[in-house]
Order: sequence, then C-alpha cells, then structure tokens
Amino acid sequence: MATIILLAPLVGALICGFGWRIIGERAGQIIATALVFLAAFLSWIIFLGFDGETYRVVLLRWIESGTLGSEWSIRIDRLTAIMLVVVNSVSALVHLYSFGYMAHDDNWNHHEHYRARFFAYLSFFTFAMLMLVTSDNLVQMFFGWEGVGVASYLLIGFYYKKPSANAAAMKAFIVNRVGDFGFALGIFALFYLTDSIRFDEVFAAAPGLAETSVRFLWTEWNAANLVGVLLFIGAMGKSAQLFLHTWLPDAMEGPTPVSALIHAATMVTAGVFLVCRMSPVYEYAPQAMAFITVLGACTAFVAATIGLVQNDIKRVIAYSTMSQLGYMFVAAGVGVYSVAMFHLFTHAFFKAMLFLGAGSVIHATHHEQDMRNYGGLRKKIPLTFWAMMIGTLAITGVGIPLTHIGFAGFLSKDAVIESAFVGNQGAFWLLVVAAGMTSFYSWRLMFMTFFGENRAGSVGHAHGHHGHDDHHHEPHESPTIMLIPLGVLALGAVFSGMLWYSVFFGDEDKVRNWFGMEAAHHAAQGEAAAETAEAPVAVTEAAPAEGAVATEAAPAEGAVATEAAPAEMAAAEPVPHHAAVAPKGAIFIGPENTVLHDAHYVPKWVKVSPFVAMVLGLALAWLFYIKNPSLPGRLAANQRPLYLFLLNKWYFDELYDWVFVRSSKWLGRFLWKKGDGAVIDGGINGVAMGIIPMLTRLAGRAQSGYVFHYAFAMVVGVVAVITWLTLSGAQ
Amino acid sequence: MDNLLSIITFIPAVAAIIMALFLRGDDAAAQKNAKWLALLATTATFLVSLFVLAGFDPANTEMQFVEEYDWILGLKYKMGVDGISVLFVMLTTFLMPITIASCWDVKVRVKEYMIAFLLLETLMLGVFCALDLVLFYLFFEAGLIPMFLIIGIWGGKERIYAAFKFFLYTFLGSVLMLVAMIAMYWDAGTTDIPTLLTHSFASESFSLLGITVVGGLQTMLFLAFFASFAVKMPMWPVHTWLPDAHVQAPTAGSVVLAAILLKMGGYGFLRFSLPMFPVGSDVLADVVLWMSAIAIVYTSLVALAQQDMKKLIAYSSVAHMGYVTMGIFSANQQGIDGAIFQMISHGFISGALFLCVGVIYDRMHTREIDAYGGLVNRMPAYAMIFMFFTMANVGLPGTSGFVGEFLTLVGVFQVNTWVAAVATSGVILSAAYALWLYRRVVMGEMIKEALKSITDMTRREKVIFAPLVFMTLLLGVYPSLVTDIIGPSVGALVTDYQAAIPVSGESQLAQH
Repeated sequence: MATIILLAPLVGALICGFGWRIIGERAGQIIATALVFLAAFLSWIIFLGFDGETYRVVLLRWIESGTLGSEWSIRIDRLTAIMLVVVNSVSALVHLYSFGYMAHDDNWNHHEHYRARFFAYLSFFTFAMLMLVTSDNLVQMFFGWEGVGVASYLLIGFYYKKPSANAAAMKAFIVNRVGDFGFALGIFALFYLTDSIRFDEVFAAAPGLAETSVRFLWTEWNAANLVGVLLFIGAMGKSAQLFLHTWLPDAMEGPTPVSALIHAATMVTAGVFLVCRMSPVYEYAPQAMAFITVLGACTAFVAATIGLVQNDIKRVIAYSTMSQLGYMFVAAGVGVYSVAMFHLFTHAFFKAMLFLGAGSVIHATHHEQDMRNYGGLRKKIPLTFWAMMIGTLAITGVGIPLTHIGFAGFLSKDAVIESAFVGNQGAFWLLVVAAGMTSFYSWRLMFMTFFGENRAGSVGHAHGHHGHDDHHHEPHESPTIMLIPLGVLALGAVFSGMLWYSVFFGDEDKVRNWFGMEAAHHAAQGEAAAETAEAPVAVTEAAPAEGAVATEAAPAEGAVATEAAPAEMAAAEPVPHHAAVAPKGAIFIGPENTVLHDAHYVPKWVKVSPFVAMVLGLALAWLFYIKNPSLPGRLAANQRPLYLFLLNKWYFDELYDWVFVRSSKWLGRFLWKKGDGAVIDGGINGVAMGIIPMLTRLAGRAQSGYVFHYAFAMVVGVVAVITWLTLSGAQ
Repeated sequence: MDNLLSIITFIPAVAAIIMALFLRGDDAAAQKNAKWLALLATTATFLVSLFVLAGFDPANTEMQFVEEYDWILGLKYKMGVDGISVLFVMLTTFLMPITIASCWDVKVRVKEYMIAFLLLETLMLGVFCALDLVLFYLFFEAGLIPMFLIIGIWGGKERIYAAFKFFLYTFLGSVLMLVAMIAMYWDAGTTDIPTLLTHSFASESFSLLGITVVGGLQTMLFLAFFASFAVKMPMWPVHTWLPDAHVQAPTAGSVVLAAILLKMGGYGFLRFSLPMFPVGSDVLADVVLWMSAIAIVYTSLVALAQQDMKKLIAYSSVAHMGYVTMGIFSANQQGIDGAIFQMISHGFISGALFLCVGVIYDRMHTREIDAYGGLVNRMPAYAMIFMFFTMANVGLPGTSGFVGEFLTLVGVFQVNTWVAAVATSGVILSAAYALWLYRRVVMGEMIKEALKSITDMTRREKVIFAPLVFMTLLLGVYPSLVTDIIGPSVGALVTDYQAAIPVSGESQLAQH
C-alpha cells in the first residue's frame, strides 16, 4: 500500500506530462488528479490505522560504495504517516482546485497547452515530497529534498514568459542550494562519524556523537552539535528561515495553487520534518537546539513585522507562512517535536486554505493581487469570504482560553508558546508579540479585502488589463470545483486541532504511545531495554501490548540489514554498533528532556497571553482599517524610515544582491580575464605563446589539406621517439 | 574469443582503412556511404564490446581478457581490462555511434571526418586496454592527432590557434611522462603494466640540488606523470586550452573531447599514479586536493561570466573534473568509486550538453548566449531535454550527476574537511551558472526576429538524445550497475595504497 501511495503521483505525472498528446489534455489532468486522490485515500487509511510500530519496504538498491549503503525504501512510522496525509490531502485538493483556477489564464495564448504541464509538475512535486517523507536514509531524503526544489523551480517559473517569474524561480533554487550545501555537509559528517547514512544506524550511534569531538574547518566541534547545525542549515533554506528566507516571497510569482501546496502546506515544512526526524541526534546536541530555537523565534518575529505592511495579498500570506514556520522550529528547538508536528499539521490545513482563498479572490478580481484595489468583496464572493474567515480565525488562534476548544491554530500555536515558555523565555516573548502581529496582519487582510468600499483600480494598474475591464469588471464567485477544496480544508482548519490535540500535546502518555515511543516511566530503563533487544526482533511480530513496549526496542541492526541489503552484503559486512540500537518510535525524547511534561504546568497568564495578543491585534486592525481608515497612511508618513524598512523587507534583497550576486559575477569576470587570460595564458605558457604565433603563421598559409601533412609528420615523429626509446632501453 | 579486446579496438580502424582505400569521390552518395559505414562500424564495436561486459567478472580484481603477443623491436603487445578500465571501454564504444550520428549534417570532407573519428575510437580504446607502457604511450599520444585534425580542419574561425594550443599543452605534458617511463623501465626492467603495478619504486627521500625530495624517486615519477594527466584532465591552472579547444571544435569533436578524451587523465591517475607511486601520491595528495577544490570554485565562477555557451559548458567540465581528481586523491573507496562514476556520468551529461548546443548552433550558427532567448516557445522538446541535462549537470539526485559528486565529496570529507567544504560550495555555483544559462537561452518571451522561424528537434536528434537520457537516469536510479563492477577493483587499489604509504590510514583519519 505504501508503495502505491509513493508511486501513484509519479505515474500520474508521467502520464499527464508525456501522455497528454495522445489521450488529450483533460484526460491527463483527470488521471493525475485521480491518482493523487487514491494516494490521499490510502494515506488516511495508514494514518488512522497505524499502530506506532515502524516498518519498512525496501524497493531497490541505490548508492553503494564500500561501507556506505543506501536503498530506495519506504519507512512508515508516525512522522511519515502524518506527513503522508498532509502532503497527499493538500495535494489532492490543490489538483482539484487547479481545474478551476487554471481553466483560463491570460498569460497564455489560445493555442498554447499549459494545463497538462501544470498538473504534471504538481504530481511530480507530490512524488518528490513523498520520497522525502518516506525515506529511510539521508540520501533518499536528499533526493526528495532536491526533487521538491526542482518542482518548486519549475512551478515558480511556470509563467516562463515573465522575466520576474524566471528570476524568482532561479532565486528559489539557488538559495535553497545554499541550504543544501549545509545539508550535504551534514550528511558527509554523519557518514564520517557513524559510518552509515541509514536512519536507524545513525540514531543508534547518536549517543556516542555527544561524546565525540571532530575537527571541522578551523576548530574542534562537538560532533552532535556540528551535525545538528549543518543539517539545520539545510532546513533553513527549505523552510525559509531568517537569512535564507529571501526566496519565499518571490516564489509567489508561481500560480496560486502552487503557493498553497508547495510554499505553505508541504515543501516549506520539510525543514521542520527534518529536525523532528533527526530528533535522536538533536537530543544530544543542546547548542544546535538552542540555535534552532533562537533562529526560529527571530524568524517568526521578523517575518511578522514585514507582513504588517505588505500590500500584495499573496506576500502577506507568504510572510505569515515564514513566521509560522518559525513557530514550528521553536517547538522543535526546545525539544517538543510532537508540538512542532502538531503545528505543521494544523498549519497545512489553514494556510493552504488561506492561499486557495486568496487564489479565489484573485480569480474573482481578474488577477488583481494588490489589496489596495480590493474592498467590499464580502457580498460579491460570500463563500470565499467565509472560507477566508475560517482560515483567519484559525491562524490567529481563536478559541476559548484555558479550554481545549478552538480553531486548529488556537490549540497548536498555544502549545508552541507554552513549550517555548518552558524552554526559552526570550523565544516565548518574541512569539507572543509575533502572535499579536499575526492577528493584526491577518485581520488587516480580511478588512482590506472584504470590508469597506470597493477600491478597484485605485492604485496603479500596471497590468495592462484595461482592454478587458469593460466586459468582466464585476468580481464573481469562483466555480464549485474551486470551492469544494476550500470547504474540505475549512473542516480541517476548524477540527484538526481539537481532534488530535491530546495525541500531539495534550496527554503525555498518549503522545508517547502515538509516536511509538517508550512510555515515560519506562524511559529510565532505556538501558535495560537496549540490552534485551540485541537479538533481532522481527518487525511484523511486534505486539502492540502496553507491557511489551518497554522491552521491545527497535529491531536490532542485523534484522534491518538483512532486510535492507542483499544477503551477500549483509554477510560480507556485519554492520558495526552491535551494542547500540536506535531508540524506538518516530521521535525521540531524551531522558533529561522534560519540556513536554512541564509545558502542561505553565502559569495561567502564560496560557492566556497569546489570546490577549490576538485580541489586541484584532482590535488594532479594526481601528486602522474599519474605524479610521486614514490612520495607517498618517502613521506611515510619521514613521517613514521604519515603514520603508519594513516595506522593503529589512533590505535583505538589496544586501544580498551586493554581497553575493554582484560580487560573484565580478569575481567570475575578474578570474576569467585576469586569472585565465593574463596570468595563466600570459604567464605560465608564455614560452608556448611565443611559438604558437609562429606556427599559426605557418599553418595560416597552408590550405587545410596540408594539415594532414603535419599530422603525418607527427606520427612519424612519435614513432621515431618510441623506436629510440625501445632501442636505447633494450641495451 | 581470446582477443575480444583487440577486435573491438581495431574494428573502427579497419573500417577507416576500408573507407580510405575504397571510397572514392565526394558526392552526396559517397558521403552517405561514409557516414553509414562509420555508423555501422561503431555500432558493431559497441555490440561486440557488450560481450566484454557480459564476460567480465567483477569479483576478480586481476586483469581479464588478457592477450599478449610479441611485436616489432622486442616490444610486447599486451591488452587487458580490470574493474577500473572496463567501463571506460564501454563508455567509449557506447558514445561513438551517438557521436557519428550527431554529425550527419556535416558536408565538408565527410570521408576524412569519419576516418578521423574511427581512428580516434581505436586509439581511445587502445589507451584503456593497453597493458604495456610503450603501447599505452603510443595510443595516448597518437590519440592527439585525429583530435588535432578534427579541430584544425572542421573547427571554427580560430581553429588553428585552438588546435595548436590543444596539441602543445597536451604534448608538452606528455614529454615529461615519456622521460618518467624511461626511468621506470630502467628501474623495473620491464614495460609490462601488471608487473609494474606490483613493483615498488624507491621512495627514500634524497637531496637534489640542495632540495630534499620527500618520497624520492616515487615523487619525481609522480610529478612527471602528473604533468601529463593534469593537463589532459584538465586541472586548474593548466585548463585554459580546453575552453578554446571546445569553442573551436565541431560539435562531435566537443562531444568526444569532453566525454571520453578528458577521462584519459583520470584513468591515468588510477592506473599509474596511485598504485605505482603511492608514496609520491601521498606526499602530494593535499596539493592535488586543493588544486581540485580551487578548480571547482574558480572555474564555476568563471563559467558565470561567460557569453559563449560552449565556453560556459567547457568551464563547467573543468569544475566537474575537479570532483574527479578530488575523489581520486581522497584515496578511499567512496572517493575513487565516486571519481570513476563521475567520469562515466560526465561522459553522458557533458556529451549531451554539447549536443544541445550543437542543435541550436546548427540552426542559428552562433554560440552567443545573447543571440537566443525564449526558445521554449517554439522548441518545447528541446527545452525539456536541455532542462533535463542542465539538472543532471548540477547534480540533481536521481540523475547520474549526483552519485559521482556525492561519493567524491563523502570521500574527501574523511580526509580533509576544508577541501570538502570548499568543493561542496560548488553545488551552489553550478546551480547558478547552469540555471542562468538556461534562463537566458530558453526562457522568456521570444523577441528576437531571427529566432521566430526556428524549428524544434528533428526525429534524428531526438533519437540521438534518447540513449543519453536513458543512461543518465538509469545510473542515477540504480548506480549499482557501475559500483558493482568497479567496487572490488577499487577496493583492492585502496587496500594496496593504504598498505604502501608510511602513515597508515587510521592515523591519518585521526589527524583531521
């Protein structure tokens, strides 16, 4: 079943991408969509029926060299199960939505076929993302990691006639590559240290990493911290964390369904997934964890400040995404991985919905994205309005304080903030302030779009739509096929928090059980458990009974290796680390890590603080955009430097352009002209350069036919040299 | 069949002789005959070479398919392959029919052109099969001549300059190698390569003109061979002949140059430098590693500044060869496996990229990047194939380009983390120059008037690309096809190497 889930989108992408010329564009789209729906359906079966025991399906050998071994394989555990439903559900709905959204597009001429290509890219993305989340080793994860990067590149640059889209696509790929640089070094370091890149073998060796020091570049590092930081650099790129975030807002050049799927719900959360997946290593890397927490909190804060003043509806949501990703990293950074996954899970629903809702607004207003040209759309597109309203209630965290009743974001965001309070007070305050700002910009979006007067055409209409304005000026509600996905996601945005609250955060024992970990009171006996688990334990026979949990650690190395690699490999190279086994379960919480436990006992004011921040943000937004709409303009005029600083996104783009882009181009030209041209060609082979003109003159006179004569002379010369060599050597 | 290697080596040469003797005239019919004969001969070579692959036993790390005859002047003719060389033979036989098919539209001196390529194939195969120093040298040097002619006769405007630069660079490097070979003969008393592989050359340090030569004779010999192979590779800073040669060479010439000829350098390191002069290699390994890392960053930056498509891809080739030398001189299983894999994979990918340039050069007769733009609008199939190989070139996992890069970096990380970090930054730069090239050529609105009637790839062109796409994907998804064959031989090489160097592998690891 897992194999079908994994391969269905790939098959869909291939049929749709290559087969549409034969079966027709529409048939291709339908097949691709149907296959993703199939994958989504099966994912829910796995998710709901999963018992917490990790299992694997090995598909094919992959990179093997000496002690380095890896397979194409599927690892199913709780983390994977969560990601499967997130990825496939959102993807299926986005496929469906795209039927409507991509039906007519002014960027293309009538005879141009773009729909099948779009669907093929979407399905290919889904496949790559599934490879990422189902991988059982770091290299396959890297495959998915880069694969989603390519899909993202192709989809951001989907409107390939637009220079801005092409630039954004390139930027996304290259900035992500900066992250991949760190990720790759992290993989190399892990292999160097543990002699393996398979998760279970790496996890088993993780405790040893904490006591190892390794020389990397200029100094000695603690091995676990080094690996942690390097891998996190990869996560920073993919998840648009501070300093590597500049690509995400530009990525909004892609069609809106793409933004919903890739740049909100799935791909950008891959970094969070990576940190959670590597939790057995991170638990031994306190400094790396502190780094993640600080960076996550700063990202949440900075992105929220920028979001306050943006006017493009998609960019507001993009900065909001970046900010929410910061929340997830804070949760992971303080060691509460389940909460990071919880926020990832709920965020996928409400953020995808906000994007699809925004897409519906954009569709309704004929590709207008500037919120200053919206206003009063509530009556025109009521269903979209209500969907966006639910999304806003979810992201701002509306619920009943001190209970577990509320929209999805209420439960997951509060869980993050409570965990942050235990783990890192500074991060806690940044997140609370960011929550206030989240509320402000979300409501600002709602008020500017749906309330007040219609301001269509009030701000510079540079799109050149004037010709069309006459016959379809009036905003219209989107077709049903676009509204259905909104409805389904709305269910998720309302209920996903409440339904799964206890297993992600609410009840510690349930959390441990759900993620397949050892129960808390058994954690201290981990040592004993590891000893008893030396003998191979067949995965399929593992009984889910409570009592057995502690003694049945993950399958010992031998069993894994025999399953994974061909028999001869296993026999020839017994895997090292016989004594150590990987910790059980999808995530690992170290014996000293009690944040999950303590987060339930924070003071009441801490629990209420995000709610208060949310209400303040709402009130302020209401004041600015409903009560007194002239206020924002005056404030911006008063605080012009600050306003420009935020509007220009803290000037990151300008800075990077100077420091990296221009300098590389200059350096490249310099090395070419001066290095290759003047120094190497001019200097090292100066002698030869003296000869060449002479030869050139000789040859220049000759007809090309004479070159044969030179060649013949050379052959004779070589033979003469050889003869001399042999004769002199033969003496 | 005892002399399978000789058969595949000389089928193309025989075809060339037949063509030279019996094909007369230069009319369309004669041209067609020449092309078909060349295609037939190279295809036959490929088919026969499949028997070599089928009969090859990877577990046996000795030479296989060995044939040995006496030859003129007391020389031996000895051929054979092991896990290190067999795939280079396969790469050559696989790529030659594609190369021939790619020059179907050549109109000038077709017969001679075909003869040059056929002779070149014989000589290249000879290099990879030869098991005698003199024989190796003969093939190695003689291979220059057909390439020299291909550039010098069928090349671009400045072909004479480029051809001579190519010839002088590689020839001057080889002179030193020749001297070293004579020295080896005097020291070991034989030119038999398998015997030389077991011979230990003196490695006691000595003083020469007041300079202490660490590693003694081995270091001297290593340097002499290095001069030749480093130019061939080419390594920074002796790489400047390559961009000039590529720019002036005709498309098929570029394909062979990038895909096969460059690999002779890497093969030479693996056949001679590392196993025969382990002490010398060890002394200079750090220098070579740094040269490789610099090559990767330096040439990637230079590629960023290029205005000529072929030059850009040529510089990218130099960067990719940097991974190869880096992997080889990591001297561990992953590094060398990766280096060989990278060479094979680069054969497909760089060959395909030069063909991609050829496709539009044939239509527009310019390689200026600025002359293009928006090709995707009229050439969707071309855009897709070019995209595929661009991604393979930047080392996307799932394509063969990734496996080589990944393994060499894994290998070098165990030896020197600085070099690993610098080299890994190449993944960022390669994405930058490759995607920027793609964007300028393929993306955007089609504005330029001259391009508006450009046509998409023909059926013949698609057929040429198909096997390259297939191999790039196949090796990317199932690299064991390669690593199973090279693994044992590389393993033996690494074991011997580690045993021969004075500082054991363990303490070297601890040092870093």
